[in-house]
Amino acid sequence: MIEIQNITKRYGAKLAVDNASFTIKKGEILGFLGRNGAGKSTTMNIITGYISATSGKVLLDGHEILEEPREVKRRIGYLPEMPPLYLDMTVDEYLRFVCSIKDVKPSYIKSHLDDITELIRITEVRHRLIKNLSKGYRQRVGMAQALVGNPDVVIMDEPTVGLDPKQIIEIRKLIKQLGEDHTIVLSSHILNEVADVCERVVIINQGKIVEENTLENLTHNISDSKRYMMRIIGTEREIYKALREIPGTLSVDEMGSKEAGSYDFLVTSDPQSDIRQAMFMQMAKANHPILMMKPMELELEDVFLQLTNDTGEVN
Amino acid sequence: MLAIWKREFQNYFLTPIGYVFTGMFLLLGGYFFTRYNLMSSSAYVSTVLGNLNTAFMLIVPILTMRLLSEEKRNRSDQLLITSPRSIWDIVLGKYFAACSVVLIATVLSLVYVVILATYSEAISFLPVLCNYLGFVLLSMCYVAIGVLMSSITESQVVAAVLTLGINLLLQLIDSTSSMWTLPSYLSFINVIVSWFSLYTRYSDFSAGILSIANVFYYLSFSGIMLFLAVRVIDRRRWSEG
Repeated sequence: MIEIQNITKRYGAKLAVDNASFTIKKGEILGFLGRNGAGKSTTMNIITGYISATSGKVLLDGHEILEEPREVKRRIGYLPEMPPLYLDMTVDEYLRFVCSIKDVKPSYIKSHLDDITELIRITEVRHRLIKNLSKGYRQRVGMAQALVGNPDVVIMDEPTVGLDPKQIIEIRKLIKQLGEDHTIVLSSHILNEVADVCERVVIINQGKIVEENTLENLTHNISDSKRYMMRIIGTEREIYKALREIPGTLSVDEMGSKEAGSYDFLVTSDPQSDIRQAMFMQMAKANHPILMMKPMELELEDVFLQLTNDTGEVN
Repeated sequence: MLAIWKREFQNYFLTPIGYVFTGMFLLLGGYFFTRYNLMSSSAYVSTVLGNLNTAFMLIVPILTMRLLSEEKRNRSDQLLITSPRSIWDIVLGKYFAACSVVLIATVLSLVYVVILATYSEAISFLPVLCNYLGFVLLSMCYVAIGVLMSSITESQVVAAVLTLGINLLLQLIDSTSSMWTLPSYLSFINVIVSWFSLYTRYSDFSAGILSIANVFYYLSFSGIMLFLAVRVIDRRRWSEG
């Protein structure tokens, strides 16, 4: 759907985006992940045509934004990090203005806005001045603006920044709902958000794309071991020895005692073997009851930290 | 363009800006009318418009200073630039909105002509029309300068001061060229300076002479200012600074 081909944006000596290439597939919710200042907003501003890249191309179904700006811009809705609102207008006036600059047919405006305000749940504030709305509502109005003209692609830059936890949950729910009919690109530095909402992730670090993959593959591929958190009754020394004897165990780390009479261990095994049954049998044989066995999934956070270490190199 | 014109025009009258401008304009116009027409028993509109022109130059930043600078500051330009509208649409929409307010104020000032026509037989309408045409065209140039200045900064105050400074400079150009005597091989400097003299052209309109060249000059002057404003905005998109 959208192909980003080798885009570079230079600000003086700094490369804000460095030869970035990735694709946005039709119908997906793509998470665009990176630390603050990694180049997320710059990339999104380039895709939407707000700024131009120093080099490289952005193609939407084969149309280039610089050559056919009108065609491409009509098909992209954009919610920048700071919603582009006119505070002295009412929500209704503002959305009508957006309709008129986005070529929505006058006869269609009323029903179109009824649908959008219903979907975004801002119908009750339609006649209020934007400057009197809370931040959560302003964000929603910004989102409504991005949906005007029914664009194929909706691009949102950090849509939940500065919202309270309840608003964050609501906005995420809304994004998932929008994802049913639109292709969505969502930038964020909040990992939970991406894990919760997105199907695929592009990770950017220091202007470079360091990963482009589905969430599942990402956490799976990068893990070269399986880890289990164990809580076992017995003496620390004996349990440690028994765990070490199990074939496939790579390491056993003592994690101290958190419950009277038991000890915690972090057991790491090679990814090919499943040592859970062997651990159970071994502990039963040695008369050390297992109180807890918890597989430790490699979290997106770990992946993210591995991919965006300070040197910017991919591990 | 129409959508942007409509929003800006409405905005002038949703906020106090439109009223402040029109009020100031008519207050000064009223003062000049009383002083130069009523108290001097004169039927010449040109005196009022000539003075009003200078006053207009000083109050035009009220109309233009926020046009583009505020969009940039509030990042609402992201909505406009990422919409299917071209930068020309944006600049022209805003320019014509400011011109429309000027036109309204100018039309309201026609009341002076009505009063003069009622109580004086000395007034002839064609020269008055010519005067008004010159006034509107010159005002449009000042507005265009304001739009350009508003495009180059995020600060409304800086935009206002720059507009004022440039307008004053253009006003002073005529007097500066007569300040010095240049050797003949440097006389081209005076010629170049006179290209930018908005006021010289106005004196023709003021005398009731309608010259197509002058009309064309004013329109092109505005056009060039707006072209530069478009270039400034477009350039910023490509900026690497």
